[in-house]
Amino acid sequence: MNVRQWAADLMLGVRFAFTGGREGWTRAVLTAVGVGLGVALLLLTTALPNALTVRHDREAARSDVTFSGEEVPKANDTLVIAKVDSNFREDSVRGRALEPEGPRAPLPPGVDKFPAKGEMVVSPALKELLESDSGALLRERLSDRIVGTISESGLIGSAELAFYQGAEGLAPHIQSGTIERIDRFGDPEPTSEQSDPVLLLLILVVFVVLLMPVAIFIATAVRFGGEQRDRRLAALRLVGSDSSMTRRIAAGEALAGAVLGLVFGAGFFMVGRQFAGTTEVFHISVFPSYLNPSPLLALLVAVAVPAAAVLVTLFALRGVVIEPLGVVRAGRPRRRRLWWRLLLPLAGLAMLFPMVGNGRENGDFNQYLVTGGVVLLLFGVTALLPWIVETVVGRLGSGGVSWQLAVRRLQLSSGTAASMVNGIAVAVAGAIAMQMLFSGVDAYYTRSTGQDVSRAQMEVTLPEGTSVETSAQKFRDTEGVRAVYAISEGYLGDSAKDAEWNTQLTVGDCATLRELANLPSCRDGDVFAVHGSQWDPSLDDGKMAEPGRKLYMDPSDVGEPKSLEIPWTVPQDLKAAKPRPGLVDEDMDQGGFLMTPKAMPDAFAPALDGRAYLKLDQSTPDVQDHVRNTAADIGPLVDTMTWAETERADRYDAIRTGLFVGATCVLALIGASLLVSQLEQLRERKKLLSALVAFGTRRRTLSLSVLWQTAIPIMLGLLLASAVGLTLGTVLLKMSNTPVVVDWTGVLSMTGIGAAVVLVVTLCSLPPLVRLMRPEGLRTE
Amino acid sequence: MSIGHTLLGLLESGPRHGYDLKRAFDEKFGHDRPLHYGQVYSTMSRLLKNGLVVVDGVETGGGPERKRYAITDDGITDVQRWLGTPEKPEPYLQSTLYTKVVLALLTRRDATEVLDTQRSEHLRSMRILTDRKRKGDLADQLICDHALFHLEADLRWLELTAARLDKLREAVAR
Amino acid sequence: MTPPAGSLLSAEQLRKAYGPTLALDGAEFSIHPGEVVAVMGPSGSGKSTLLHCLAGIVTPDSGTITYNGHELSAMSDAQRSALRRSEFGFVFQFGQLVPELTCVENVALPLRLNGTPRKAAERTALSWMERLEVGDLRKKRPGEVSGGQGQRVAVARSLVTSPRVLFADEPTGALDSLNGERVMELLTEAARSTNAAVVLVTHEARVAAYSDREIVVRDGKSRDMERAV
Repeated sequence: MNVRQWAADLMLGVRFAFTGGREGWTRAVLTAVGVGLGVALLLLTTALPNALTVRHDREAARSDVTFSGEEVPKANDTLVIAKVDSNFREDSVRGRALEPEGPRAPLPPGVDKFPAKGEMVVSPALKELLESDSGALLRERLSDRIVGTISESGLIGSAELAFYQGAEGLAPHIQSGTIERIDRFGDPEPTSEQSDPVLLLLILVVFVVLLMPVAIFIATAVRFGGEQRDRRLAALRLVGSDSSMTRRIAAGEALAGAVLGLVFGAGFFMVGRQFAGTTEVFHISVFPSYLNPSPLLALLVAVAVPAAAVLVTLFALRGVVIEPLGVVRAGRPRRRRLWWRLLLPLAGLAMLFPMVGNGRENGDFNQYLVTGGVVLLLFGVTALLPWIVETVVGRLGSGGVSWQLAVRRLQLSSGTAASMVNGIAVAVAGAIAMQMLFSGVDAYYTRSTGQDVSRAQMEVTLPEGTSVETSAQKFRDTEGVRAVYAISEGYLGDSAKDAEWNTQLTVGDCATLRELANLPSCRDGDVFAVHGSQWDPSLDDGKMAEPGRKLYMDPSDVGEPKSLEIPWTVPQDLKAAKPRPGLVDEDMDQGGFLMTPKAMPDAFAPALDGRAYLKLDQSTPDVQDHVRNTAADIGPLVDTMTWAETERADRYDAIRTGLFVGATCVLALIGASLLVSQLEQLRERKKLLSALVAFGTRRRTLSLSVLWQTAIPIMLGLLLASAVGLTLGTVLLKMSNTPVVVDWTGVLSMTGIGAAVVLVVTLCSLPPLVRLMRPEGLRTE
Repeated sequence: MSIGHTLLGLLESGPRHGYDLKRAFDEKFGHDRPLHYGQVYSTMSRLLKNGLVVVDGVETGGGPERKRYAITDDGITDVQRWLGTPEKPEPYLQSTLYTKVVLALLTRRDATEVLDTQRSEHLRSMRILTDRKRKGDLADQLICDHALFHLEADLRWLELTAARLDKLREAVAR
Repeated sequence: MTPPAGSLLSAEQLRKAYGPTLALDGAEFSIHPGEVVAVMGPSGSGKSTLLHCLAGIVTPDSGTITYNGHELSAMSDAQRSALRRSEFGFVFQFGQLVPELTCVENVALPLRLNGTPRKAAERTALSWMERLEVGDLRKKRPGEVSGGQGQRVAVARSLVTSPRVLFADEPTGALDSLNGERVMELLTEAARSTNAAVVLVTHEARVAAYSDREIVVRDGKSRDMERAV
């Protein structure tokens, strides 16, 4: 056996694949699409680590406000930078104000010229947003003239919203964490990439789950060669090719599909890469250029996939004897045994089990264990399904004629029936598990706060030097704001320095204070002490609410520069107040002293920070952004925060949609091949069908029997898929330390898609079935 | 059929009277046509003359004298030779049917009619044979089958000729 | 033209074309209860088409078919299907047994299509199989029995509903002569015992010899030999 002979045989097979008539190339194209999807996924898998690294490196290269507290003296190579991040709708906007202090001030990555005051450079995504109608509200806030765009090297994703604006007079406000002076961009101590283990787990599972059904599809497509291929192979034997030559020719046909699939795969990957540049998942978007598979891995894929196709065919043909007079499939094997079939999913579970409870704190998940476990568990579906179908079908009792016809056929060929639906079952099982994992992890990322946000939905922090009253008025005038609860806060200690007890002082008008605590009565000039607060029990514990006791506003801490240390005596007419659930968080019930404006000594003013809680009319569109615009109007450093029960619900929808599309594509592909096989089988039975119709069988009966024939195995397959999917989902969620929630709509919709595919396949095979049932089929000529 | 050889063969199992021979012959082979006594005696006297049988004994009783015949060694050899010699297949080259068809064509009569009538007649014979076969024993079945296959062969010829009548008409007209 | 008196099934002036091919061109037919009529003719002469038309499987382009006083072409497809289920029986050359069903289930199939409960249907089926000397095959599948046995099973199936007309299209075509004759004997015997009419399409004279009379189809035209003589 030499190489040339092998090559010649394979090439002959390749020729047959494309000259084998309509079925021949339909099969080749379907196989190619399947292989193509697989290849594209593999390429994406090899490219993804690279993408994450690039993202990480770019992020490190532009890091600026580092909280390092390190003082850099002003020089001609320094830059004062202020963090002016914002939010627009659900997206965060990265913003920096830049004030170069000399000609050699460092330029941020991706920016080639400093914007002057009143100018800004923006990311392409932000530019597009600002120029669109939907960005009009943001435009109010970011009204600087756009003088350029940030190039790719300064961004970590194609969808990132970012801007650099020019500023003046920042230096006096330098404060660690917000406004800093820097002499270079980039993290001085770059950390090695530390990706979220759960995110990696997600990615891993997604690829395994998408690749498995594709692999099974390919294996199945290769095995069901169809009658025509059988005849061809038998004819080859008749003219003298030996058994192994014939096998190689058959493998050549599979090779054709696989090679064509490589081409398809490269195409899919290029398309997917571009598409990847326009999507965002979990706030992560990438540039197409990030997705460059390493050449070595790509080469490996290009060699391994066709080789695998050949090997799978040779393996699949083991049970097939190709004789000169016809192809004999290995006779019905011994009764299927259960134990080793159960062993596969159990082994899978055993591999995953040690990682239960790992969560994201314990480092990366062992990739081999995860992959192995998921693969084994899903493979368990393909191992268990034939057994289940055989066992169940063997016990199915009598029914109508259509039922009997279908059941008997299934009994005779339960293996074929099971392998036809294997791919669908695995796809559905994987999709269910994935959806559970996604929804669970997504819920983790957004985390339901359990907050009562009916009283206030936004919180605004006002920097020092901003008038609380003026600001409050501006917010009251903002569209969609129903109420503003403005307060000033500071801290009181029981001594001027190194206070043992500290408590909070909150200044606000009676209406506001009533929102914070249950007051017996309130007049301007009153001071209250809140007793019994769970969140801030300092007043009770520190025994500070005793009239006449001397306390100090803004006490100094050890080792810190001296603060204001304004002395204050607890007044005699101190009133007692009871806590009430916090404005934005039930658990954060207000403690400490409450003070009406008249009771506040003027000296306190510089020691107080302003804050406002806003009650919004949620029906006003983009109400949050109206508030953010007002805040920006008050000052660039006014920080807004949105409180919500849950966030990003729509983001989960997007993922669910994506998952749906992906699963549907895989299922549609499998459905298409199912249809081809189905039609082939029907055509083989043309004579029988015509005869049955001749002696008066209703067409409905035959159609129903075709439906049963696919419906019974698919039903069993979907049941098994649901069970395995839910198990896998539960284990994965437990691994990521996320509460287990079963998303029944997801389960139902996934199984629904699976069932729909079968229904569509059956419906599509009905018109040809009716055509085959015509009496013309009886004609022997 | 060679009656002489058949009678000789029947004698191989032991000497018989002429009457016995006729009965045995009729029973085994004479389904359609029983032998006449005269035929038996003339045949036997020929065999006697040729030395293939001998008279084993003569019974004289009330009626006519009855000779008992026995086969000689020469007779046995002769039977052996007869069985070993293949029958010459019938040449079937002179066929009345063919003549009828050609004549019909030449006289511009309907040749199909000739064929169909013949075919109908053949089939009627086949029906009778089939019916007899159904009711008869194995011997009947084999004999009828022999006839049926021949009739069938004729029928196939009729079919074939019917399908080629147009060509035949051309050939005849030339 | 009225159907011949006393005929169970008759056809007049049947015409049927498949595309450009004229399969039937004015064919006639008639059969009495209990009669076995052979339809003969060279292959491609339209004899199978005649059978399909007579059985209501195919609708002729023109002409009338009368069964038991009813005009067949006036019936709906469902009615004709019902007629085939209950009044007609069919035997074909091959490809008619459902390979997944056991022999007895195959024989019981027409009864079950008529709504007979499974047990009762299979009991009747078995008695027919015994009559056709294949009772011991009941648990076997068609793939496990010989051609002759399979054809007897098919004959049993065609008779299980006690049809009034039995349509047999080359019923012995795939059998050797011994098996073929046995099948023909059993078939005609059973048909006669139930007084069923048999329409027997064949190109073999020896099979046609089991008939009472024959009709020759040639180029889509029929010729009733008995009436012609």
